[in-house]
Amino acid sequence: MRAGLLPESRHTRRRPRFTRGLAVTSVAAAAALILAACGGATGSTTSSSSSSSSSGGGASSEASSGGSSGASTDKPLVYGVFATPLEEPWDGAGDQGMRGAAGAGESVYKRTDNHDSDDEMTRTLTDLLTNQKPDIVFGDAFSSEDAVRAVAKNYPKVQFAFGSGNDPVEPNFSTFDNWLQDPAYLAGMLAGGVTKSNTIGVVAAMPIPEVDRIVNAFIKGVVETNSKATVKVTFINSFFDPTTAKQAALAQVAQGADVLFAERDGVIEAAKEKNLPVIGMMVDQKSQAPKNVMTSLVWNMRPTVEEVLKEFKAGTLHSQNLGQYSYMKNGGSSLAPINTDIPGGIPQALIDKVMAKQKDIMDGTFTTPIDEKPPAGSTTVGQ
Amino acid sequence: MTIAYLALLTAMLTTATPLVLAALGEVITERAGILNLGIEGTMYAGAFTGFLGAELFGSAWWGLLIAIVAGTLAGLLMAVLTVTLGVNQHVAGIGTTLLLIAACDFTSRLKYGGGTLPQIPKFGQLFADVPVASQFLLTYLTFLVIVPAAWYALRATGMGLKLGAVGENPEAADAAGISVARVRYAALAIGGALMAMGGAFLSLAMLGSFTLNITNGRGWVAIALVIFARWRVWPAVAGGLLFAAVDALQLQLVVTPEFAAVPREVMIALPYLVVIIALAVSGRNLRYPGAYLQSYRRT
Repeated sequence: MRAGLLPESRHTRRRPRFTRGLAVTSVAAAAALILAACGGATGSTTSSSSSSSSSGGGASSEASSGGSSGASTDKPLVYGVFATPLEEPWDGAGDQGMRGAAGAGESVYKRTDNHDSDDEMTRTLTDLLTNQKPDIVFGDAFSSEDAVRAVAKNYPKVQFAFGSGNDPVEPNFSTFDNWLQDPAYLAGMLAGGVTKSNTIGVVAAMPIPEVDRIVNAFIKGVVETNSKATVKVTFINSFFDPTTAKQAALAQVAQGADVLFAERDGVIEAAKEKNLPVIGMMVDQKSQAPKNVMTSLVWNMRPTVEEVLKEFKAGTLHSQNLGQYSYMKNGGSSLAPINTDIPGGIPQALIDKVMAKQKDIMDGTFTTPIDEKPPAGSTTVGQ
Repeated sequence: MTIAYLALLTAMLTTATPLVLAALGEVITERAGILNLGIEGTMYAGAFTGFLGAELFGSAWWGLLIAIVAGTLAGLLMAVLTVTLGVNQHVAGIGTTLLLIAACDFTSRLKYGGGTLPQIPKFGQLFADVPVASQFLLTYLTFLVIVPAAWYALRATGMGLKLGAVGENPEAADAAGISVARVRYAALAIGGALMAMGGAFLSLAMLGSFTLNITNGRGWVAIALVIFARWRVWPAVAGGLLFAAVDALQLQLVVTPEFAAVPREVMIALPYLVVIIALAVSGRNLRYPGAYLQSYRRT
């Protein structure tokens, strides 16, 4: 039936209805182009507290108080420009920080996201800098450092503050990041104390400094409470791919892990399925699995935003490394309330130990070591 | 080195489910002579509408049903474009994928404002504590019901014969009294429904939520699997299982000390490399369906 006998030269198709076919093809092609291109457009300045709009290439929306557009008020216009989708927790934390400041009436805030290439970043930034004239631009430069820095150079009067693994540049390019090594260390202590198989699984994005130092601090925390533990680390090579992260976590469980650290989204789902304790990231993720999430590393970007706004108002803006404003002792990060209602529970003695260490961090007696070397796939801490 | 083989098999079956469903859908449409590059968008739409349905009606089953409806509609959209209008199939397919992904992201933003999306009622696992057998119901349905049924239907029923005839030689089929358009519409609708089920598996079974970029190129992998399988059902299943097995294997190897020296990028690329190698080996002397990529019109 599969017509092996039929000759290959076919007459299945007579002359196509050429004009009609061509017209439809052009319409479809044009539609595809428009869809692909609409990412570059930035949103209108209508005032609304809800957010909206997305498409293949990008999204833009206003999510703030402030009434009118930036130009007609003396409040600074703060623009959030994110490389990854807003749904990704790093963006979520940044967005929350800027929204908080806008909600308190300190600024007008707009945002746009999902610009994941150098080219898109450049176009988006240039477009909004030209047309919307923001005073301050926050964003993440990790995946397009050179492009973002090149644009910043062309707009010396605008203050840039970008999440970055590199140094700030005079006169207007500040850097910040989620320096979560302190809560990571504390979470590591918890994980080391809770594990029974002496194996802990970490699913992380990719080996870049901002991720490495969190994972390494976590491992050092494990050492403090468990001298025999093995920490397994999988990088999924993506900032946001929950299904892959989940499968990676399940593979770690297969390799013996009985406590998980969800540096990336998706791991909590694996912990829920296997009924294991898990540590969340960026925000308190307890609501995702109330019987599994024992705590979370929480990033609060508000102090970073406040610092920039303060300097803007004082007229003393300069480029600086804003990293310290994410430190625990400066209120930039914290360990979410510990949830003892997890499989196996958490001994009170362990919680006391963690709390004592937290106090040491807060009063400066203990400084979490910063190590930005990529961790191995499997580290046995005693060795 | 210790590989947990049972866990590997378990992960293989789970990871393969969406790939097999999508590849099966693509086998059916391509057998009818239509290359459906809307596959990635259709899976995406299945994942999103399944999530929406489960959230709105409070049940994963409703989610699945709505995903199937959405997939059918996506297939019919492709049918209007490629069968009725005779648009170039590459353009129509890629356009459909772009359209569906953008529409889902847009709706998601309108409804949820860009935050973390809610958890929905999801499918539970059967035999939760039994190795290998602890799978989602959809996985059982896929491998034990849908695949054998599709294989049988394509091979031994009048419907299957008509499908093949339309894909090989629409003129002859037409002369024999088969409505080419109707068969192609049906193939695209059924294929779309299967692709959307594959997508819905990600949101309704694996994650219990929806995230942007949830399909992450799985549709394109399915396209490669179909060519690898030469438009046959069981080889497509085998290809899906092979890809999933290598993926599950690399996820375990990467956390064993013995493989510490292998760059992790190589590990992540491993399943894709295997598919490319399999394609290169098996892809020689491919014989495409006779009317592949050709629209049909009586003149």
